[in-house]
Amino acid sequence: MGVGCGTLLIGVLTAWLVTAFTFPGVGFFRWALLLPLAIPSYLMAYAMTDLLQFSGPVQTWLRETAGWSRGDYPFPQVRSLGGAVFILVLCLYPYVYLAAATGFLSLSASVIEASRTLGASSWSRFWRVVLPLARPSIFAGVALVVMETMAEFGAVDYCAVDTFSTGIYRTWMGRGSFVAAAQLSTCLLGAVGVLYLLESRFRRSAKFHHATQRTQPPAPVRLEGAWAWAAFAACAAPVLGGFLLPVARFLQLTVEGGDSRTGELFVGLAGNSALVAGVTALAAVMCGLLLTQLRRRAPTSSNRFAVRVAGLGYAIPGGVIAIGVLAPVWWLESGVNEAAEDVFGWSPGLFLSGTIFAVLFGYQVRFLAIPLNVIGAGFERIRSTVDDAARTLGASRLRLLFGVHMPLLKGSLFCAGLMVFVDVLKELPATLILRPFNFDTLAVRVYQLASDERLSEASTGALAIILAGLVPVVLLTRILSSAHAVSAVRGRDQGNL
Amino acid sequence: MTTSPAIQLEGVSLSYGEVVAVDNVSLDVPSGELHCLLGASGSGKSSLLRIIAGLERQGEGTVSIDDEVVSDAAGHTETELRPVGFVLQDYALFPHLNTIENVLFGMPDRKTSEARIKAEALLGDVGLADRAGSMPHTLSGGEQQRVALARAMARSPKVMLLDEPFSSLDVQLRAGVRETTLRILREAGIATVMVTHDPAEALSCGDRVSILRGGRIIQTGSPEVIYHQPSGQEAAETFGVINRLAGQRRGDRMKTSLGEVEAAVQDPNHPDTVLLRPEQLALVESEDGSCRIDRIFPEGSTVLYLVRTSEDERLYVRMLSTETLPEDSPVAVRLR
Repeated sequence: MGVGCGTLLIGVLTAWLVTAFTFPGVGFFRWALLLPLAIPSYLMAYAMTDLLQFSGPVQTWLRETAGWSRGDYPFPQVRSLGGAVFILVLCLYPYVYLAAATGFLSLSASVIEASRTLGASSWSRFWRVVLPLARPSIFAGVALVVMETMAEFGAVDYCAVDTFSTGIYRTWMGRGSFVAAAQLSTCLLGAVGVLYLLESRFRRSAKFHHATQRTQPPAPVRLEGAWAWAAFAACAAPVLGGFLLPVARFLQLTVEGGDSRTGELFVGLAGNSALVAGVTALAAVMCGLLLTQLRRRAPTSSNRFAVRVAGLGYAIPGGVIAIGVLAPVWWLESGVNEAAEDVFGWSPGLFLSGTIFAVLFGYQVRFLAIPLNVIGAGFERIRSTVDDAARTLGASRLRLLFGVHMPLLKGSLFCAGLMVFVDVLKELPATLILRPFNFDTLAVRVYQLASDERLSEASTGALAIILAGLVPVVLLTRILSSAHAVSAVRGRDQGNL
Repeated sequence: MTTSPAIQLEGVSLSYGEVVAVDNVSLDVPSGELHCLLGASGSGKSSLLRIIAGLERQGEGTVSIDDEVVSDAAGHTETELRPVGFVLQDYALFPHLNTIENVLFGMPDRKTSEARIKAEALLGDVGLADRAGSMPHTLSGGEQQRVALARAMARSPKVMLLDEPFSSLDVQLRAGVRETTLRILREAGIATVMVTHDPAEALSCGDRVSILRGGRIIQTGSPEVIYHQPSGQEAAETFGVINRLAGQRRGDRMKTSLGEVEAAVQDPNHPDTVLLRPEQLALVESEDGSCRIDRIFPEGSTVLYLVRTSEDERLYVRMLSTETLPEDSPVAVRLR
């Protein structure tokens, strides 16, 4: 609830500021406000806790400047429920920002102009026209945030806040109780399911709004003086807290100390991360392409349903997926082992759960939604008449795929692969539960070091993960700016007609 | 000796759930004929085209192309295996291929120099020899339409299907592109089915025209027959407003209050009624005329008058705009 309200406030405010107004730095903030997406929440939690704890630089500076000592000043505890909310708001507000900005940009200038001719003031236009029209997009963003919050593990675990995710992990890793972990997972799954349905409903209504309008966003209004600086400060604060400060802290820690075993371990860990991320990305893109192609070719209700179910994984917390994957994997392993024992007198052992197969399968379930959405959106841009034309020109299904669809989807395929790759690099709870013994990734190493309060050492791996996380953010900002360009060109063309 | 039609539809029906798109349609189109399917949106004309192309499979009936059954209850030849060219309404050029690559796309021997020469010749035929290397988005609407035609022709199809091919073109451009397209199709001598919702286009382009309504063909015939001898009120109204006059049959003529007309314009569903187009009537200024001009609809070169008779009947009369009469003036209505 706290995270939902916080992200709603910051996301909508900043989105409205950068889409409706111009002020110093607005061009920078349009993309910089997305930067916190590059930082996984557990890294944000490590950085913020380190910055704001009693021995951290902020409180130390306060004491030195004001001459205070312990107990002389009130300072909220970071490792608390409030602290976790604060950290997650900083991490997750870009979801709402992105959804709201998209909603605001899709508004037609003519709608705003119509409301002006009907006597609506600037404030009244925002409340009575802009916000209601963008509401479905905004709510879809908030629903995503709440889903992410419920699935959150690393940050809440570090802040010592008990949630379903931490409960599942501890029940399984600490007590080894699969049944209890599965029960907790089912509860979490139910809540996430409700949110997923809500989000889908909001997204559908957002689509409806977009479909009814020829979009040419209204021209931004120039802010002057104090208002301009207030807008600047409102946009600068989340970028500073959500990206610049944590990155600066990790940089400082790395420069001052860093991971003493970097040279020894880093290549191996990065290699493991890159291996699982690369294989998962490739497999997910191939599966995504096949499934979306199937849905396009035969859009029956059963096919649409199957693709929808295949994409549900993204809404399911990593820990729940891990538990869900283990059940069938064990069942299969024990069946094969028994059969092999009977026939050959030898059993292959944990050939699935004891290898990276289970990890890869878990990632596939978790991240297949990304290629499904990205490639699906790419397919939507290819008119169905292009398929008809290719078929009347004698193209087989294979040639249609390789000769027409794949060249046209090149960007989407690459984008989807990259997004899966980076998400796998950052993934923590499923990796922790599913990884075989002695198989560590960068994220796992960072988690282990941070859990042991060895943040200085964890900072090197954290920076590597953030750097990788920047790649999809940059891609996202490029897509957004090309959307701006397209709408500008459309606006110009319409003006010429 | 009779030649079998290039396209033959027998009892073809197609439904989308409860909605009947095509209802028991039978149609023959011989080689060299340009056949127009005329109808409003939702009349089933595009569905019929897609059935011929194989993009949709009919629920009932048989489709034959070039004397070979391509789809019936027993089997269905996939689109890519049919000798059909299709120019879609939005042309659907492949955006990642340039003009000549688009034309080459459907040619089986596309990697050979002969294919390239043929593609260049086709582009020359449609007046686009100098745009071979251009990407589709740099072409105008008319140029895109002509590339789509050249691309469809490149496979030397037995049958050409055109789905509202000129509807997205400017009026000034339309006549030129239409003339080029029809010339090429007539020279090739292939059977062509063109879908349109524009009655004037159907009459001016088609060797024969079929009028579709509610998924059924309500009349097929030459443009002259379709226009002057409509099979009923529905067919007649496809070309605009129509007058219904009470009449009595006398041999091959019908006697009406305005005089005698040919019985061919009799409404088949109402034997005591004749259907007359506004241009079959004329207005004459007359001080003691029993009719009054109720409303005037200028149409450019012509003017449509709505006239009220002494019996309170309403008649539409079309006259040249050079003979304009004022509203409410007394007139007499005559048969031309």
